[in-house]
Amino acid sequence: MIVALVLALLVASVLLLALNANPLEAYAAMWEGAAGKENATAETLVKATPILFVGIGITIAFRGGMINIGGEGQMIAGALAGVTIALILGEMRVPPELAKEKGAFDLIIVTCSLVGGFLAGALYGGLAGFLKAYFDVNEILSTIMLNQIAVQMMNFLLNGILLDPAEAGINNIPKTARLVTAAQLPRLSLPIGDPHLFARTRLHWGLIIAIVLAVIIYIFLWRTSLGYRIRAVGENQRASSYAGINVKRQMMFSMFLAGGFAGLAGVVQVLGLQYRLQTDGSPAGFTGAAGFNGIVAALFGGLNPIGAIPAAAFFGGLLVGAQKMQRELGVPASLITAVNGLIVVFVVSSEIFILQRSKRRVSLQETPDNLGSSGGKPADRASPDEGSG
Amino acid sequence: MELDAIFTASVFASAIRLATPYIFAALGETFAQRSGVLNLGVDGMMLMGAFTGFYAVFITQQEGTLSEPLSLLFGVLIALLVGGLMGLAMAFVSVTLKAKQGISGIGVYLFGLGLSELLFQQWVGTPKSVSGFPRITFPILTDIPVLGEIFFHHNLLVYVAFALVPISAFVLNRTTFGLMIRAVGQNPEAADAMGVSVAKVRYATTTIGGMLAGLAGASLSIALINLFQQNLTAGQGFIAVALVYFGGWRPWAVAAGAMLFSFVNALQLQIKVIGLDIPSEFAVMAPYVITIIALVFASKRQEQPTALTKPYERGE
Repeated sequence: MIVALVLALLVASVLLLALNANPLEAYAAMWEGAAGKENATAETLVKATPILFVGIGITIAFRGGMINIGGEGQMIAGALAGVTIALILGEMRVPPELAKEKGAFDLIIVTCSLVGGFLAGALYGGLAGFLKAYFDVNEILSTIMLNQIAVQMMNFLLNGILLDPAEAGINNIPKTARLVTAAQLPRLSLPIGDPHLFARTRLHWGLIIAIVLAVIIYIFLWRTSLGYRIRAVGENQRASSYAGINVKRQMMFSMFLAGGFAGLAGVVQVLGLQYRLQTDGSPAGFTGAAGFNGIVAALFGGLNPIGAIPAAAFFGGLLVGAQKMQRELGVPASLITAVNGLIVVFVVSSEIFILQRSKRRVSLQETPDNLGSSGGKPADRASPDEGSG
Repeated sequence: MELDAIFTASVFASAIRLATPYIFAALGETFAQRSGVLNLGVDGMMLMGAFTGFYAVFITQQEGTLSEPLSLLFGVLIALLVGGLMGLAMAFVSVTLKAKQGISGIGVYLFGLGLSELLFQQWVGTPKSVSGFPRITFPILTDIPVLGEIFFHHNLLVYVAFALVPISAFVLNRTTFGLMIRAVGQNPEAADAMGVSVAKVRYATTTIGGMLAGLAGASLSIALINLFQQNLTAGQGFIAVALVYFGGWRPWAVAAGAMLFSFVNALQLQIKVIGLDIPSEFAVMAPYVITIIALVFASKRQEQPTALTKPYERGE
């Protein structure tokens, strides 16, 4: 991981030099922007939250041998379902005069929309799992197509039935009405200092939910038989099938969970940060590409939910820091997209070295062998590493 | 009456034009996949090809260093070169380093997406247009009613793309190189035993795939749209990968899929133009829905190269 990171930063430095920017100044600006002040740290964590949710989901999918590229679409599905539930329940349970009541919190509204967001994302991800399991449709391709479909569906709904009544007729940014205060996730602050740490920032409880779920999913994957089955299918479908595991069901299940976590990422963005669903109509207009960055974080976290926590914080920091770099040095923040791509390539490329070191260890801790294979009937697919070593 | 307004000659003509990038990219991907390499970075390579090709043309036209035909040729060469280099990198990662192809391809995609945007913002700034490949007017042929508009009034790259279909089919099915590609993709052990270098063949096909992806991007930025903007391809490279599955790894069928897809696209644009009462979002969505459905049906046939995505290791 560290090697991959250093390599990526080296290439980034070359790029920066080519753009006539001093890499050290650029990195200093990024550090300043990502962690320099209280608010910078909070923004980093705010950006890290959806990346962590998606990263947990991607970890489950990749462990199960399913390459889920559909984080973006699943986020949107979750956000659409979650915001709809929150708007409807908000209207039912909160009288209009209390809509902006400070400190109001309605556990039922929040729980229902979180669960609804999870389920919507899960069904959207599960659809790709179903197509893979029963029709042998490559899940990479189907999830990419589903991403595009979700973006259009969101644009359609936000310009139509979900459009903020106050905005109707005005040709503005497509967005829903604002959620009542009771449907919002509370802000998060730590009881350190006075005023409390992060008290005046946008940090919200979504981060805590994500961290708790990361621990739960770690236990689920490595301490329960259900989690073991997911990993077994990811490791070797043929052997799992001989061992009596229903491979098709596990494939769908891991995609269901992965989609669910991406869905949570989407609904938490709405409930915790934006308080409404809005987009500029572009593919990443709502998600901020967290669906893709979650993949990077999952890989960088070693496909371990706990590892995804610092990884998500790191990539959140990269994104926030890049904006500072853009302001100070005039280097476009899209540099980070390129660096993320490099990190992905370097992480998966360095696996060969890790593999050689631990070849004799038959351990499910290693990256699943079936990852990256596509098509072909599950049962007659051989592991690429068979016959060597 | 409405049908007349939808299925016009110009819709067929634009379907043919829109198919160009898909055909280039998907044919290149067919070569790579036939040899066992799943290159998912196509879209990133297209973006880099589109930007660098555009930039080469933009600079040479602005400064007047090259005449227009030469500057366009220069743009094409640069796009081929950059795409080829990225293909070479993908080959190194997936053949030599044996990285998981699905994921490393996504990395290459993100790299191309980010770098093309970065360079565009740094060197160009705002979308500017160039004078791209002009439409060719054939004597007599272009003047044929309807057919002339549909077939004989396109830019050069459109004809190059369609000419590549029979050439690719010929190379894959009738030449020694094609035999080597198929052998390496179907049974690398046997090919290796026959003295074919699995690595060399895969390097070659992935590089060819990258070059064609670069050209596909350029066909957008200097022939179809004549400008560059961030994420110009909007995922067309991924569609191209899907088309390879859809076409069962056969150049003719892949091209037919590209035509079908671009026809749906052209219809979608036409529906917008004549203001039919279908929400534009659904029209934009339609090609992706159709791709998924097509993949469901395509999967019924099992002609996939057996060694696809599997790095080759000698069982020594």
